[in-house]
Amino acid sequence: MNLSNTKNLVEVNNLRVKFRTPDGFVTAVNDLNFTLAQGETLGIVGESGSGKSQTAFALMGLLAGNGVIEGEARFNEQNILTLNEKAMNRIRSKEIAMIFQDPMTSLNPYMKVGKQLMEVLMLHKGMSKAEAFEASVKMLDAVKMPEARKRMNMYPHEFSGGMRQRVMIAMALLCQPKLLIADEPTTALDVTVQAQILTLLNELKNDFNTSIIMITHDLGVVAGLCDKVLVMYAGQTMEYGTAEDVFYRPTHPYTQGLLKAIPRLDAEDEKLSTIPGNPPNLLHMPSGCPFQARCEFAKERCGDSMPALKEFAPGQLRACHKSVDGWVA
Amino acid sequence: MEVNNLKVHFNIKSDNAWPWEKGQALKAVDGVNLTIYAGETLGVVGESGCGKSTLARALLRLVPITEGNVVWLGQDLTDLDKRQMRSKRQELQMIFQDPLASLDPRMTVGDIIAEPLRTFRPELSKDAVKAEVRAIMDRVGLLPNVINRYPHEFSGGQCQRIGIARALILKPKLVVCDEPVSALDVSIQAQVVNLLKELQAEMGLSLVFIAHDLSVVKHISDRVLVMYLGNAVELASKRALYENPQHPYTKALLSAVPVPDPRVERGKKIQLLTGDLPSPISPPTGCVFRTRCPHANEGCAQQKPILQVLSKEHQAACSRLAEIG
Repeated sequence: MNLSNTKNLVEVNNLRVKFRTPDGFVTAVNDLNFTLAQGETLGIVGESGSGKSQTAFALMGLLAGNGVIEGEARFNEQNILTLNEKAMNRIRSKEIAMIFQDPMTSLNPYMKVGKQLMEVLMLHKGMSKAEAFEASVKMLDAVKMPEARKRMNMYPHEFSGGMRQRVMIAMALLCQPKLLIADEPTTALDVTVQAQILTLLNELKNDFNTSIIMITHDLGVVAGLCDKVLVMYAGQTMEYGTAEDVFYRPTHPYTQGLLKAIPRLDAEDEKLSTIPGNPPNLLHMPSGCPFQARCEFAKERCGDSMPALKEFAPGQLRACHKSVDGWVA
Repeated sequence: MEVNNLKVHFNIKSDNAWPWEKGQALKAVDGVNLTIYAGETLGVVGESGCGKSTLARALLRLVPITEGNVVWLGQDLTDLDKRQMRSKRQELQMIFQDPLASLDPRMTVGDIIAEPLRTFRPELSKDAVKAEVRAIMDRVGLLPNVINRYPHEFSGGQCQRIGIARALILKPKLVVCDEPVSALDVSIQAQVVNLLKELQAEMGLSLVFIAHDLSVVKHISDRVLVMYLGNAVELASKRALYENPQHPYTKALLSAVPVPDPRVERGKKIQLLTGDLPSPISPPTGCVFRTRCPHANEGCAQQKPILQVLSKEHQAACSRLAEIG
């Protein structure tokens, strides 16, 4: 009866996010495509300014006032980009929830943590105060918050960074959303706390069969959590495939360079290989491939046209003029 | 440089305390001993709040030192008055974490880099200063035509290069780098790490490299100091520390670092630490790590373990090393 396991939960087609600025339009996300099935985890990786966070904001309808969206994002067959605010509010939290990067600034400092959690349930599920309280305590327990009942009456500043992020995760999961968007959920945290949070997310994924879009710059985090990986650079998709493919058989020069530039705990090498230069300014994008100026394989052709994102092996897509083992004629 | 039993305590007093009430001491660094050899890189790692930045500042006497001393080439820095200390600063320089915030936004790049020269070597002529500035800019990979630009025109990686140039123009002997690459993207981070390594080899610098990222520290350091709540828990050569960590905290820390390799990352066993970092105002008695340590027993609360020498290049502060194995 339920076919939702076989079809895609999320389908993003040609998503484009632009910002109107005094200096003209800045394209933050350019022709983004991906699909996500129920229970799958997608990692979106990229450096600052690659458009990964703006993708998340666009999906949640949280873009800044000067943002313009083109393309479509289907969630359960419905294009959520054209919904009005009221309809979107019904989807937020119930269907799609988001964890933000900075757990301090995304909680209300004037409200007790318990009240912030209960508010979600009372608003979206119409629960009574008492029901909401019990459900919130249960959820805090689920995210391994010690002394959950006592913590309901505390303010965010009384929590440590890791604890606050647990509150954020609990809040996002209260209505059992089908999709969880996590925007750099562990970037502000220490490694040992990060390990706690990632273990938690992995458990939640298995227990609730939640789909997760994990946005991060840390390839190590992606390696532990994600089924699929999408590598972004200056708003463009560079490579898209399964985690195994992207990590063990990266084909795009940017992905290759990125993987080599990370200092690793498990390898011994004297000098880090680097990607020379800096990312391009989004206001003055070069024509053609945005990575050409830093690419060791760049040829004339790369300056003429942006390579299309093409499937070159089943499930693995890349946008590069250079073929996997040499140059395309 | 030798550091003996260094303690930095900050006195905190709440705003509504009575004047006769004593403030509490926040023990940011609580008794650290170490030696920094010429030409080596000492990495200092630890999580937020472990006192690594305070230690860095204390080495250069940028924070008041409560107890202990810092001996630089036989001279105790804590004995020096302000003027004497100032003259020592030529040899001791620092690179800061936030590349943009540590540069004066109203000074041009050339002025920023030249400022240490103008301060410490006023006898130099304008042209000589300019030549030195150009030489160092060339060395750190800044194009000469940016000399009249302002910091906001640069990206984070380039700002960090300016910071490096400013620190190195006086040809110091020791440079303390406080999280110099943590604000940078991976591809830029690799550039800056490589640059620091090259410059160190060229100029024979001693580096104190502070970071929370264990992989970066592994890459650049000769020896590594692991800190927890103001205390040194393990000090060892790079190889000894990463291949054979002894202290339970170091082990947990190393296992928590995500590795960019799906099979390794999913297959490995992470030693999760329970609970949170205790407050440095009232640290646990005895071993500061005992509240989160999987191996702690009553004995750990009694006495504070000090760094024990395990081998020539390995020291760890844990009283139960033999039992844990």
